[in-house]
Amino acid sequence: MAQKIETERLNAYFNSVHAVKDVGLGIPENKITAIIGPSGCGKSTLIRCFNRMHEVVRGARVTGKVLLDGKNIYDADMDPVLVRTKVGMVFQKPNPFPTMSIYDNVAAGLRLNGVKDWDRLDKTVEKSLRLAALWDEVKHQLDASGVSISGGQQQRLCIARALAVEPEALLLDEPCSALDPIATAKIEDLLFDLKNSYTIVIVTHNMQQAARIADYTAFMYMGELIEFGVTKTIFEAPDKELTEKYITGRFG
Amino acid sequence: MSLEIRTYKRRKLVNLLASAAALSCVVVALIPLASILVEVIVKGYGALSWGFISNPIIPGGGIGNAILGTLQLAFYASLIGLPVGILTGIYVSEFGDNGFGRTIRFFNDVFANFPSIVIGLLAYSLFITYFGFSILLGAIALAMIMIPVVANTTEEALRMVPNSLREASLALGVPRWKTVLKVMITNGKSGMVTGALLAIARITGETAPILVTARYSYYWALSPSDPTASLPVAIWFNALDQSATAQQQAWGAALVLIILVLSFNIVVRLLTRRNRFNNNNRMVKKSWLRKSKQSA
Repeated sequence: MAQKIETERLNAYFNSVHAVKDVGLGIPENKITAIIGPSGCGKSTLIRCFNRMHEVVRGARVTGKVLLDGKNIYDADMDPVLVRTKVGMVFQKPNPFPTMSIYDNVAAGLRLNGVKDWDRLDKTVEKSLRLAALWDEVKHQLDASGVSISGGQQQRLCIARALAVEPEALLLDEPCSALDPIATAKIEDLLFDLKNSYTIVIVTHNMQQAARIADYTAFMYMGELIEFGVTKTIFEAPDKELTEKYITGRFG
Repeated sequence: MSLEIRTYKRRKLVNLLASAAALSCVVVALIPLASILVEVIVKGYGALSWGFISNPIIPGGGIGNAILGTLQLAFYASLIGLPVGILTGIYVSEFGDNGFGRTIRFFNDVFANFPSIVIGLLAYSLFITYFGFSILLGAIALAMIMIPVVANTTEEALRMVPNSLREASLALGVPRWKTVLKVMITNGKSGMVTGALLAIARITGETAPILVTARYSYYWALSPSDPTASLPVAIWFNALDQSATAQQQAWGAALVLIILVLSFNIVVRLLTRRNRFNNNNRMVKKSWLRKSKQSA
């Protein structure tokens, strides 16, 4: 099976804090991979290394390799800006641009990168909003502010915005933690549809969510990757005792 | 009476007292402000006439050249001070996470509270040989006062923009400079405008640094290299003169200065209020809107 993203001896630090320790992990192409683990175990930091967003924070440092289609994105000749157009990201809290309309939010990635062709923008906006299952809800109010819609809609708007730049992989950092169960279900359905064409990595606190949607699951603890495998195996017959303890709720 | 009711009543009373105390403090703070305004209007109103604001001090006995001088000083000072100040603020906030940036921030804080007469004398000693007593020299002094103020308020305004928006933009593969330009500045704009406005209002009222740079003149300033009268300095000279006419002129000039600063404030406020999210801001093509409405 093809690996879209592979890490080799990946370490990430914030100043003196060692947040991700020696992680070697392969993210399969066109599948959903969930990363679970207790708060502060380095899940978010790990996926932020996949599109070089970790280094945006002050005092952050990375060693080791992250291979995207076999090429190390930390090589000196790799432009982080280009990496981020290939690996999109959706954050924990919905963060549409408040000064932009819904249309402009979706078009932002293309327009800010210099695309001026309105026909192309129109098509991309409609396509992305349809992919994010938001089109029918907002098609009459594309000129309304990006923050005038509900939280769940805002999060799908952020997904549409990330899809509009046509990435190959999509990283989601606890995308549903601020949403109610109905909005969560909508996003889960959406991810399920998207996985045919995108490699998806989702960080989640919600183990049921991982069990429901992920093909593969990685369990992290204290910055280390404890176990990685097919979701069913991780949840039903994990190798490590630590994994079993966490899954069954005996700690964390 | 239960304990809960008693503590509730006490809390209500304390709340009432605290509100009353806060309100009376507001009143106390407003009294001097309002009395200055009333005094200036009452005493200055008599001086106002078309001749007063359109004639120069000589000939005509007006303050026209002082009004024009103040406007010119503010204009040239803003021309130098605003771009330098704003760019400094952007640098310190967005790219200044290093020793150099911290040093600049430190000096901004120091110079923002420097006595303006000292800055005036500094401008005088550095540039008098090049410009002489002139509007330009005055504008340089005022710009030196503006720059740290504008840099600080710009930095503050950009820091108020949530970091999540910066990350959203970077994660879309937008380069850093464009993120600053299109996301950070767009979202911090109203704070930046307010800061620039305050800086302009502040220099419009400066007297001491102008006295040692643009000096004073009874006549129209014909070019930026001429010395000029300005409203604050005109107020000062007239107030020193005990004659009734001069006193009247001083109050009149004070009223004009207040009206000038106030109306400038109001105009910019109105302009920036319209700039928050609204339909002017959308970049949706009309045809697109029509299309989506038809498909409905």
